[in-house]
Amino acid sequence: MTNVSIKHLAVQLGGQQIISQLDLDVAAGEFLVLLGPSGCGKSTLLHSIAGLIDIHAGKIEIAGHDVSHAEPSERQIGMVFQSYALYPNMTVEKNMSFGLRISGLPKAEISRRIEKVAGMLQLDALLDRKPAQLSGGQRQRVAIGRALVREASVFLFDEPLSNLDAKLRTELRRELKLLHQNLAATMIYVTHDQVEAMTLATRIVVMRAGKIQQIGRPAEVYARPANLFVAGFLGAPAMNFIEGQLHAGSQFTSAALNVTCTGYQFDDASMSQSPVARRVVLGMRPEHLSIVENGAYEGVVNLVEPMGNHQVLWLKIAGQLLSCIAHGERQFRIDETVRFDIAMQQSLLFDADSGNRL
Amino acid sequence: MKAAAIDKSRRRSWRPARWGIYLFLITSAMFFLLPLYIMLVTSFKSMEEIRMGNIFALPFHFTLEPWRQAWSTACTGVACEGVSGGFWNSVAITLPSTVIAILLGAINGYALSFWRPRGAQLLFAILLAGAFIPVQVMMFPLVRLLASLQLFSTLPGIVLVHVIFGMPIMTLLFRNYYLGIPQELFHAARIDGGGFFRIFFQLMLPMSLPMVVVATIMQVTGVWNDYILGLVFAGREHLPMTVQLNNVINTTTGTRMYNVNMAATILTALLPLCIYFISGRWFVRGIAAGAVKG
Repeated sequence: MTNVSIKHLAVQLGGQQIISQLDLDVAAGEFLVLLGPSGCGKSTLLHSIAGLIDIHAGKIEIAGHDVSHAEPSERQIGMVFQSYALYPNMTVEKNMSFGLRISGLPKAEISRRIEKVAGMLQLDALLDRKPAQLSGGQRQRVAIGRALVREASVFLFDEPLSNLDAKLRTELRRELKLLHQNLAATMIYVTHDQVEAMTLATRIVVMRAGKIQQIGRPAEVYARPANLFVAGFLGAPAMNFIEGQLHAGSQFTSAALNVTCTGYQFDDASMSQSPVARRVVLGMRPEHLSIVENGAYEGVVNLVEPMGNHQVLWLKIAGQLLSCIAHGERQFRIDETVRFDIAMQQSLLFDADSGNRL
Repeated sequence: MKAAAIDKSRRRSWRPARWGIYLFLITSAMFFLLPLYIMLVTSFKSMEEIRMGNIFALPFHFTLEPWRQAWSTACTGVACEGVSGGFWNSVAITLPSTVIAILLGAINGYALSFWRPRGAQLLFAILLAGAFIPVQVMMFPLVRLLASLQLFSTLPGIVLVHVIFGMPIMTLLFRNYYLGIPQELFHAARIDGGGFFRIFFQLMLPMSLPMVVVATIMQVTGVWNDYILGLVFAGREHLPMTVQLNNVINTTTGTRMYNVNMAATILTALLPLCIYFISGRWFVRGIAAGAVKG
């Protein structure tokens, strides 16, 4: 069942086209994450779903109703903002019940819902406090609670964890994931943090310049990115790219590396037989380069970043820097020559001109 | 320990520069307070004592009689009822002029900064332009306008004039205050189903208490101290205190009652002074703290 359906959406802000011709379907119970760099239109998309921005063309449906031009309050949504946006003059309880009181819900029902949500988010002890008397994590919990009591059909999150410190962010991220598991509610979540996207999402939508680049499960988007942008945006350290030539569909040659990629799964199967040489980009994730005694390739250690449970090595090969993850106790010296292998099955080839994966 | 020691040494070091600063501050304070001092001591003297000419001397025979006269029997033209009538007229003018102007200004500022209707920038620019045109320029057209509305020389008429002239600055104050409040707060209230007036009265107005205090001070002092608008638009029945004070002082039948004049002047200036002194403690800062990231 589709819960949110967006068709041919176009949004203009200040005369500028932010989003054009965008289609997106969100299934019920899904945790959809909109991911992209700042200015890619992901927040604009979320705000137009919420009805806080007027859409220019297209159609938005929520729970089967056309809400393209409906008031935000009529869209059956709950929303959590980056800055929490709690009403400073109201107590936690009044904050959560504000919308319910406006809609004229009976008192008994209001207190039942608040009790339930407060129990879920451990807010029972804070109900009589004002937002100023709460910590950052508590404030964001209240904001989430305020969205939940609406018992909406879609919950929207606009970078809700960005204002929290790293430790709290990890904690609340876990809570959000548990919350989604328990409620099985539809959630749309905007973030520029790829860790949040990978951990929370059931599906990720990667956006750039108002256009959707790829939609897919986190593992799928990570392992088989649709183009160079998605490949470079996900993963830390970022994927290594080497420009070169592909000969006869299986020989990759470049100044730094020459590798054989027989058995590479091309999107277009005829590619592997193509006799013409073409300009391509080879993409390899750092974890797919492994330091081994008798590896096939050779590089010079340029920089070592110890991360505790692993080390990130930056290897220099013919003027090109490649990052590589090394496990184990081995200590590396700068300018030391090491040998490594490449897991070719996991490496990717992209067209150098279009940037699309081959 | 260390901080305390530094504090002590700082207090002990009365260097010449510091003496100079205090000398300057005390002199300028005296310069500004001297007229007030003379007004006060004169208002407590009898006329005989004033005629002796020692204007700096404290009253020899302390008397409250001039204050009583100024309040209830001093002559303002033909009538001799003191400035008390003017006081209540001024209250009747100031109260609605302040409340209505602040309410409208706050609604204007709220609409301009959150709802942003089409042409909001232009409307705001036009409104602000009004703040730069001298009152005197608009006087005659306004008289004709109010006359045609049957409001000339009435209480609603003078209140309307004060509200109009207060509107640019009130709108500016509240607009700028609301621009500092995150748009997300407004969005959250919209999703919760709040309409134009509900969001204003239940969320934005309670949040703008500090600005309401500032606006009240400005509008009360402005309206209370006004002379020309009251003289022209209020009509004989509603002349404000300032106009009556002028009449008291300019009415000369026999001797000039300096003590009564002084008392009447202080009485007239008393309310704005009180507002300043009392409202200071109401400047609640950081009322919005906690709404956004802390």
